[in-house]
Amino acid sequence: MSIAILILQILGYIFIGIGSFFLLLASIGLLRMPDVYNRMQTATKATTLGALSVLFGVGLLDLAWMPMSIVIALFILLTAPVGASALARASYKHGIKLWKESVVDKYKEEKEEE
Amino acid sequence: MEETGKISRFLYAFIIYTIIWCILIYSPGIDATHYIQEFSVGLIFALIAAALSYRHLSIKGLRNLSPRRIAWAIAYIPVFLWAMIKANLDVAYRVLHPKRPIRPGIVRIRTNLKNPAGKLALANSITLTPGTMTMQIIDDKYYIHWIYVRSEDEVEAGKHIKGNFEKYLEEVFE
Repeated sequence: MSIAILILQILGYIFIGIGSFFLLLASIGLLRMPDVYNRMQTATKATTLGALSVLFGVGLLDLAWMPMSIVIALFILLTAPVGASALARASYKHGIKLWKESVVDKYKEEKEEE
Repeated sequence: MEETGKISRFLYAFIIYTIIWCILIYSPGIDATHYIQEFSVGLIFALIAAALSYRHLSIKGLRNLSPRRIAWAIAYIPVFLWAMIKANLDVAYRVLHPKRPIRPGIVRIRTNLKNPAGKLALANSITLTPGTMTMQIIDDKYYIHWIYVRSEDEVEAGKHIKGNFEKYLEEVFE
């Protein structure tokens, strides 16, 4: 029994470590990407998986908390992308330009058609 | 996208809220009396919340809970998680690569999904999968910011971006 708990503990810490690594990547991405849209990309994806992984790790450390952390993970999965796309659209409507080396902007064409 | 009876939609909202409440009030070491107390208060609030919001939660009501839809939803989870892990390795590659290999742009794709919840699920999936982020949905058109544009054509870009999500989501939501 105690060995099973030990294995779960180790797995839990591994997941928490992976999650922290992705959260770190998200912040590096924020610094390195050229414009607000690319930053949003790295920030949303890496923070979502980072948070999910940390939550799952916490659930493994104490299995009794697993249902709760899965529900929290579900809420993050539902809300994080919605927030990101709302922010991206708001910055576009506010007139923030795409990076100068961007290749295509179909959204602008749509607005011109209107 | 036919309308379903109000009662069915209300019951659907009520069931969903009750399930979420049951999980949220659970904590390790809670005893049965406390759990039942919290549960009964939760039932009352689930009724109130469902009465206020059932119109917005679903169109199909209880038909959302048919076993076939639930089975497809469960089958979708590993597909989605795998795509998400790939997305993060992709982010890691682009962030850590010294030359920063990006070629961003906004492309347009189209979808066959009709149900608003299905469209939202597809938009969320697209945002969380490799290199793409939904910016705007207008009817069946999605405007997507793509970190490395491979194709500017609607159909071909759609194939790259949607992958096999749409097939699963059609089964779950349509």
